[in-house]
Amino acid sequence: MLRIKPGTRHRVTVTVNGRRHGGFAEARTLLSDFLRHELKLFGTHVGCEHGVCGACTVNIDGRAVRSCLRFAVQVDGAEIGTVEGLAEGGSLSPLQEAFRRHHALQCGFCTAGILISATQFLETNPDPTEDEVRDMLSGHICRCTGYEGMVRAILDVAGGSS
Amino acid sequence: MKPAPFEYCRADTLDEALELMAEFGSDASALAGGMSLGPMLNMRLARPAAVIDINPVESLAGIAADGGVLETGALCRQVDALASPLIAESVPLLAEALPFVGHFQTRNRGTLGGSVCHADPSAEIPLALVALGGEVVVQRKGRARTIAADDFFDGIFATAREPDELVTALRWPRATAGTGCAFDEIAQRQGDFAIAAVAAAATVDPDGGLSAVSLGLGGIEDRPVLADLSGFVGAPATAETAAGAAALAADRADPIEDPKASAAYRRQLVRVLGARALERAFDRAGAAPC
Ligand code: FES
Ligand code: FES
Repeated sequence: MLRIKPGTRHRVTVTVNGRRHGGFAEARTLLSDFLRHELKLFGTHVGCEHGVCGACTVNIDGRAVRSCLRFAVQVDGAEIGTVEGLAEGGSLSPLQEAFRRHHALQCGFCTAGILISATQFLETNPDPTEDEVRDMLSGHICRCTGYEGMVRAILDVAGGSS
Repeated sequence: MKPAPFEYCRADTLDEALELMAEFGSDASALAGGMSLGPMLNMRLARPAAVIDINPVESLAGIAADGGVLETGALCRQVDALASPLIAESVPLLAEALPFVGHFQTRNRGTLGGSVCHADPSAEIPLALVALGGEVVVQRKGRARTIAADDFFDGIFATAREPDELVTALRWPRATAGTGCAFDEIAQRQGDFAIAAVAAAATVDPDGGLSAVSLGLGGIEDRPVLADLSGFVGAPATAETAAGAAALAADRADPIEDPKASAAYRRQLVRVLGARALERAFDRAGAAPC
């Protein structure tokens, strides 16, 4: 049993994009804030802080989830994937390339979360239908694009029709 | 939009969790997936002294058949329930309802028990449990009890759970031959809170008459409710019967009114979605066990 009193700071160690990071968090510190303010990984964005917009989506132990609905102290020892980890050796991932090709982003505020969701979605469902892609995207809010470019980009990289 | 300070307590076993629930009582919030509690904390609608994280308690995550009942642990994730062949086969109504629960990204973490505990009147999992006549298992130190789903939900975010009790499992009656069910809902967007949700179940006897029929309604009143359709037992399992039963359920409902929808619109949704769901349930009852 672990107990962390309010107001005290607790050491949290996580692996983010393959690299070990450590920092301190209060019991109430959201993972989204821990990533941004403590680990200075600003790629993960924060929109609504109540699970609706999807901007804060990160991959924790293989699943795309809301980082604003997780406390940093809960993820001690976890493997976390954020948008900063998608491009390898300076070149964009195929999904990121497809987003660029299909104009799937404008301001980019929503994009970090969507890329993380779509990456895990394609791992579990490598050949999705357009309806399945749209259903997955329903967990994200984009104020700019109208989603059409994202649907095309995801289907393109999945090898489906676009 | 940050939570007020709280003490974080991580329970590694069920005993530890119950110990902590006993210690904090009404000052405690049990944390499962956090898809409902997280927003409540972030918006400071909930300000518990202690958050009791039960996620490490692996014994609460299982799915197991127990005779005519399928028992899902409170921590069973919605994504795992959706992928479970056992649930698809034994509790098809739940399998049909789950895609309406939040989104891919929230089902990845959200649990069956958490949704039931939160008791949002428009939530799908509580509705499916009420519609099937399921049960909620709650435990406190040294005592477990089982509560019929219909008695468990008291109103908006209100349940029969005592403050020191933890929801540990849900019990779902398994589908039998001759029984059919169907789920449907309308929301402002995919995955959003249901404006109206319906869960139909019917048993059709070999000569095409209804030996049981029910229609559960979500998002309509302050908790999931079952319309009394006992007058339709013995009626033929036809589209006309489905329409008549849904119309009766709509007339008798006492729909809430909120900025999303008027009471009249909700009543109309019960009529239309209810008729469609009942008709589908009748067809499935004739076809295969559901
Ligand atoms: S910031 Fe987490 S879902 Fe909007
Ligand atoms: S690109 Fe601006 S919010 Fe999506």
